[in-house]
Amino acid sequence: MEEKQSEVKLFGTWASGYCTRVVLALKAKGIPYRYIEEDLKNKSELFLRYNPVHKKVPLLLHNGRPVSESLIILEYIDEYWNHSPKILPDDPYKRAKVRFWADFYDRKLKEGTVAIMTSRGKEKEKAIEGFLELLKVFEEGIAKDFPEKLTFSNSQPLDFLDIIVGSSACNYEAYNEAVAVVVDPKRNPLFFQWMTALKECPLMKESLPPHDKLVAKMKSFQSRSV
Amino acid sequence: MAEEVKLFGLWGSPFSRRVEIALKIKGVKYEYIEDDLQNKSALLLKYNPVHKKVPVLLHNGKPIAESLVLLEYIDETWEGNPNLPPDPYERAQARFWAKFIDEKCLPALWKALFGEESEQEKAMEEALQNLKMLEKELKDKRLFGGGGGGGGGGGEESIGLVDIAANFIAYWVGIIQEAVGAEILNRERFPVLYKWIDELLSCSVIRENLPPRDKMLAYFISRVQAAKASK
Repeated sequence: MEEKQSEVKLFGTWASGYCTRVVLALKAKGIPYRYIEEDLKNKSELFLRYNPVHKKVPLLLHNGRPVSESLIILEYIDEYWNHSPKILPDDPYKRAKVRFWADFYDRKLKEGTVAIMTSRGKEKEKAIEGFLELLKVFEEGIAKDFPEKLTFSNSQPLDFLDIIVGSSACNYEAYNEAVAVVVDPKRNPLFFQWMTALKECPLMKESLPPHDKLVAKMKSFQSRSV
Repeated sequence: MAEEVKLFGLWGSPFSRRVEIALKIKGVKYEYIEDDLQNKSALLLKYNPVHKKVPVLLHNGKPIAESLVLLEYIDETWEGNPNLPPDPYERAQARFWAKFIDEKCLPALWKALFGEESEQEKAMEEALQNLKMLEKELKDKRLFGGGGGGGGGGGEESIGLVDIAANFIAYWVGIIQEAVGAEILNRERFPVLYKWIDELLSCSVIRENLPPRDKMLAYFISRVQAAKASK
């Protein structure tokens, strides 16, 4: 039986949650890959050649063919290596729901965390308020559409939403310390529960960036972007 | 088992029209409900509480929102005339360009046409760059394609996700340009893209699912006038 001979390279940066997503997906599926840390201040020629449109990480190079944009890479991984564990659900309606929430998370919540980091004083307060409102919407939506997330046990395989959300939100302690407390058990108990359980998952533990290094990185990003 | 498909849409919305085009290509029977923006219907708020926008599809009572999510849902649910090709790499490319259109092209175009004067020049540059990239992706294909039976023969069966997603560029941009008196997209600057526009608009399933030009133009003209009046 022919084995899928594949050469997989991942261009990423250690602090990027978007890159962690791809790492998680590759590991979950047991796909061997070579990781290349890209210096975003000095992008390599290879990187730019295969990624001319956005010039961003993560970039997956599979048998020399580039795939970019983390959500798209995840779907690609699930479709090409379509063995279990499956990252996306099989049912079209459930697939539509995970895609909907992934889009909401990226467009509203992730953008929201950046807005907080790049604002000061009253503006920052407002950004935090706005973010928390959106987090509530997200939490309620997940509770309704994917109630099983709220009783997540780390013996389960990671799926699309776990990977997309956990890859950044599991670093909440670093964010709370460096920027602002936005994930706390009182305001968002269900979301908090999901993230704390997800954080303990072995695959997540080994793939997330180290806490102190991330705190330093976030603090420096904040101070540079007034 | 009787199937019930309802679409909440807006006659002038490119996002809403995308979904109609996809449903029509698949031959899916659906009930269309025009949303009243001034008075967002209770049903719309019930089925899309998160974004409160059209299009929303109701399939056997289950709601789905976001046009690109809907295009994939439609492809996965109903057989025949797919808008995505079977190969995972080609699917990834189609999704990339559809996302590029929504996240980069459309906002830049909108800002270039309607934004604050101070933002317009920069937005114009960005829009031009984005359109050039899109045009480059077209290469020598008649359509972005990837749909149906594949092949470069053109025709309705080859319309793919990216062609549908780019409907705003093919139709709305020209109308809005006329209304605001700007010109970003023209045949001299974008000959390849214009060939694509001609090809796309020659497909009856596309043509028949666009808002009437004069009505759309009148809408945008009145919008421009309202914006001027409020200055």
